[in-house]
Amino acid sequence: MDDIIQEYEEKLPQRLIDLAVEKLGKTSQKKLREALDRVVEEYDASCIDPGESVGLVSAESIGEPGTQMTLNTFHFAGVAEMNVTMGLPRIIEILDGRKELSTPMMEIYLKKPFNQGKNIKENALLIKETLFGDLVQEFQINIAESAIEVTLDLKKMEALGMSKAKLMNLLSKGIKGVNLKEHKEKNMLILKPRGKVEELNDLYRLKEKMKGVYLSGIKGIELVLPVKQGDEFVIRTKGTNLKDVLELDFVDETRTSTNDVFEIADVLGIEAARQSIINEVLNVMEAQGLNVDLRHIMLVADTMCVTGQIRGITRYGVVSEKASVLARASFETPIKHIINASLTGEVDNLNSVVENVMLNQPVPIGTGLPQLRVKAKKESK
Amino acid sequence: MASSEVYINGKFVGSVDAPDEFVKQIVRERRKGVISHNVNVKYDDRTNEIHLECGKGRVRRPVIVVKEGKPLVTEKHIKQLQKHEISWNDLIEQGIIEYLDAAEEENALVAFTEKDLTPEHTHLEIMPLAMLGLTASYVPYANYNQSTRLNAGAKNQKQALGFYIANYQIRMDMDVNVMHTPQIPIVQSITHEISHYDKHPAGQNVVVAIMSWDGYNMEDAIVLNKGSIERGLGRSTYFRPALAEEIRYPGGLVDNISIPDKDVKGYKSERDYRLLEDDGIIFPEAEVKEGDVIIGKVSPPRFLSSVDEYSLASNTRRESSIGVKHGEQGVVDFVLITENEEGSKLVEVRIRETRVPEIGDKFTSRHGQKGVVGLIVPEADMPFSASGIRPDIIFSPHGIPSRMTIAHLLELICGKTGALAGRYIDGTAFESEPEDKIRQELLSLGFQDNGTETMYNGITGEKYAARIFVGNMYYLKLKHMVANKIHSRARGPIQLLTRQPTEGRAKEGGLRLGEMEKDTFVAHGASLLLKERFDSDKTIVPVCENCGSIAVHNEIKKQNYCPMCGDTVEVNNIEISYAFKLMLDEFKSLGVFPRLVLEDKY
Repeated sequence: MDDIIQEYEEKLPQRLIDLAVEKLGKTSQKKLREALDRVVEEYDASCIDPGESVGLVSAESIGEPGTQMTLNTFHFAGVAEMNVTMGLPRIIEILDGRKELSTPMMEIYLKKPFNQGKNIKENALLIKETLFGDLVQEFQINIAESAIEVTLDLKKMEALGMSKAKLMNLLSKGIKGVNLKEHKEKNMLILKPRGKVEELNDLYRLKEKMKGVYLSGIKGIELVLPVKQGDEFVIRTKGTNLKDVLELDFVDETRTSTNDVFEIADVLGIEAARQSIINEVLNVMEAQGLNVDLRHIMLVADTMCVTGQIRGITRYGVVSEKASVLARASFETPIKHIINASLTGEVDNLNSVVENVMLNQPVPIGTGLPQLRVKAKKESK
Repeated sequence: MASSEVYINGKFVGSVDAPDEFVKQIVRERRKGVISHNVNVKYDDRTNEIHLECGKGRVRRPVIVVKEGKPLVTEKHIKQLQKHEISWNDLIEQGIIEYLDAAEEENALVAFTEKDLTPEHTHLEIMPLAMLGLTASYVPYANYNQSTRLNAGAKNQKQALGFYIANYQIRMDMDVNVMHTPQIPIVQSITHEISHYDKHPAGQNVVVAIMSWDGYNMEDAIVLNKGSIERGLGRSTYFRPALAEEIRYPGGLVDNISIPDKDVKGYKSERDYRLLEDDGIIFPEAEVKEGDVIIGKVSPPRFLSSVDEYSLASNTRRESSIGVKHGEQGVVDFVLITENEEGSKLVEVRIRETRVPEIGDKFTSRHGQKGVVGLIVPEADMPFSASGIRPDIIFSPHGIPSRMTIAHLLELICGKTGALAGRYIDGTAFESEPEDKIRQELLSLGFQDNGTETMYNGITGEKYAARIFVGNMYYLKLKHMVANKIHSRARGPIQLLTRQPTEGRAKEGGLRLGEMEKDTFVAHGASLLLKERFDSDKTIVPVCENCGSIAVHNEIKKQNYCPMCGDTVEVNNIEISYAFKLMLDEFKSLGVFPRLVLEDKY
C-alpha cells in the first residue's frame, strides 16, 4: 500500500492523497491505484493551462466587483470613535501595501476561563495604553509659583489599580528635571521645574509633555472594546501592537490577530502575512456581498510576498520590478522610466503583453505563445 | 447676545443688536415701497448673520403676504382684478404679494392652501401649482408622481418636437425640428391655458395600450402602429442651414462664391457640382445627397511663401465648397443671400428633410416614461378591441411598478374619458378633477371604469386572456432621432499625426477598442486576433542592423540606407504600429536614443 502511495506523491499534493486514502477506507491495491489514477486525471484537468493570462483575469476579477462597492466604513454599535475602513478604500490600502493604516485594529481572543467573561474589564484595561493625561481631572498653571498643579481622577486610578506612589514614580521616570511634590489635598500633585523658568510657554510645553507620559498597558492600543462573539468574549481594539499583546498570558495567541499586514510580517513571518492579505481582502469582499474566487486573491497575495517582503501593487512596489521598460513606462511616470533606462542602456526583450501591444506584435499569451523552433540555415551568397 | 453681522450681497457692512427687529423693519419698509421690492433678507440664527441680497441671478417666486392668519388678498382685490381695475403690479406695490428668494424662504412659513392658515404663517401660496416651474406644471396629475419622475418628465418636455415658433420659415435656426400635426393635450393643466399652449403645441394624442408585444417593447421600448405612422403620427421636418462667406484675407485676396474651375486645387468632380446655378449656389427644391455641393466656393492659397504660387496665383486657388455632410440628405428649402457685418457676401442655404418615425426614434409621455421605438407593426397585426380600436403605441407594463408613475395611468384613463366625452380634462397638479368622478363618467359612457377592454390578438384573432388597459395619452416625440446618430465605418479617414482612425461620427471615425476591451482579448488568449484589431496604424519601417535607428528607403534608386551609417550596412524591414514609431521619434526629441535590436523570428 505504502509503495503505491509513495508512487503518487510526485503527481499529487500530499493533502489530496491523504484525503483519497481516508475516503476510500480499506480497499484492494488495484482499486486504490484505479482511484488515485482518477484523482490524478481530475487534478491535471483542473490545473490552469500554459499560456492562460492568470494575472489579467485576477486583476479584472477583483477590479470589476470593486466598481460595485458602496459602504466605506463600518461602525461598531454605540462607540462613535471606533469604526473600520471597509470597501474600496480598504482594498486599496491592502493592495497598495500601505504601512500607515487608516484604522489599525486588533481582535484579541482569550484563553479558557477568561473568554467566558472572567476579569474581562480588568484584562481589557490591562491592554489599553494609559497615559498620564487620561488620569488627570484638571491641569492648573500657577504663574506666581511657576508650577503646575494637577488634579487627579481617583476613580479612574482605582479602576486601573494605580496607587499615587506608583504614579509619581512612573511620572518622575517619564519627565526629567522636575520636582514632584504631593499637595496637602489628597488628590493633587505639584510639579515645579528645577532651575529658573524663562518663559511661560515652557510651562505649557511641560504640561503637554506630561499628558503623553506612558503609565501602563500596551503601547499603541488607544481603545478597547470587549464584545461577545458567539459564545465567548473577544476584545476589539483601536490601534495595534501584536508583539506585546501576544506576550500577555491570558491571550490566546493562536487566534489573536491584527489588520496590520506589515506587523504580522514582522512578528509571524511572510507566510502569515500572505495569509493575512488573503483574509483581509476576502473579508471586505464578503462584507460587501461580493463573490471573488479565492485563487485570484491568492495570486495577488503571492505576487506581493514573493520577495519575502511585502510590496504593494504600485509603481514603487511590484510594478517597479517589471523587467520591461516599456511596460513600466506605460503604467505611471513614463518620463522617469525612459530617462533612467537611457542612462543605464536598458534592453527591453519584449517578453510580456503590454510591450507587444505597443509595438503591434502578437502578445505571448494563448495562441501567441507557441512558436516554431527551426534551425534556419543561413543563405549562402 | 452678541450683535449680528450684516452682509449685503455677501459683503460685510456692519452689525446690529436686535436682528429680528432689524429684519422685520427691512421687510416692512420693502412692503411700503421705501426699499426696492427686489431686496430679500434672511436671518440665520445659527451663525447669527443677516444676509441682504439685491443682485441678479436669484430665483424668486411670488407668494401672498399673511398677517395674523389672514391673507392680505381679499375678495375685493379679486373682483377688482377681474374688472381690470388693478393689476398684478399694484398688488406688489401695496405689499400684498411679494417675491421671496430661496434664502428668505428659509425664514418664512408658507401655507399650502387658505384653510391651512394659522397665526404662525407668514405667507400663503397663490396656488400650489406656483411651486413648480413651467414644464413641470404642464405635467397632468403631477402630485401623483414620484418627484424624480416629475423632474424627468419636465426635462423631457424641453426636448420635444413641436411648433416651436410661427415664423420658422423665414428663420435660419441651426438644427431645428418642426412637427407636422401637433395637437393640444386632452388632459391639461391651467398652465397650458396661461402659456397659450395651443399656439405652440409639442405632442400628439395617441391611443396607448399597456401590454407586451412579443417582447419588442421590453426595457422601455415601445411598439408603434405602422398605420398610425402612415397617417402622420410623429412626423416632423428637420432643418439645417449651410453657410458660406466670402472672407477677405490680408493682402487683398478674397473668397469667391462660384462654380469652381476645373484647374482649382481639390476640384471634386463635375457631377458633384451639377446642382449649382451660375452664381455658384444651389437652387431651391433641389434634392441633395451626401457629397453634393450646396455652395461652390474658391479660396486663395493658404500660404503665399513660395514663388511659384505668386506667379500662377489663379491656378493655385483652393476649392472650399460647402457640401452635404456625411450621412445627410434632404431637399433645399430656402436660399438666403445677404451681407455679413464686414460687408462681404454671405450665403445661407437651408436644407429640409422629412423625418418619419423609425426604429430607434425616442418618444415619451409627460411622466418621464421615455422609450425608444423597438418595432413598427403593420396595422393588421396590431391588437384590437371589440369596437375595433387599435392602439397607436404599445407600452410595456414593466415600466410602471418600479417608477411609480401613477399619473401616467391616471392620464391614460382621463384621456380616454376626455376623448369619449368630447371635452378637455383639468389635470392641474393638486387641484385636478378627482379620479373617482372621471371613472364614474367613463362608466356612464359605457366603458369599464378601470379603463380595461377585452382585446384580440391582431395576428391570430384570439382573445387575450387578460383585459388590456387602453386609453388616450399625450405623447411627445423627442429630438433624439437615430437618423442623426446612426454611424458605422469599415475604412475611412485617419489622423495625420498618429495614422490612427479619426474619432466621432462627424469625422466618420472609428469605434475605439479601448484598454479594457483589449483585456478581454488577452484574457481569452486571442493573441493574433488582438494584433489584427490593432493593425489600423501598422507600418513597414526599414531598420539599420548596425545602429538600430530607423533607416531610409529610396524609392527611385530602390535602395535602403541609414542616415548615420551610410548605405553599406544591412537594412531590414519590420512591421510595427505607427504610434510606436512616433513614440521613438519623441524619445529622440527628448535626447534619448532608442535602438531597435533585430533578431531572426525563427
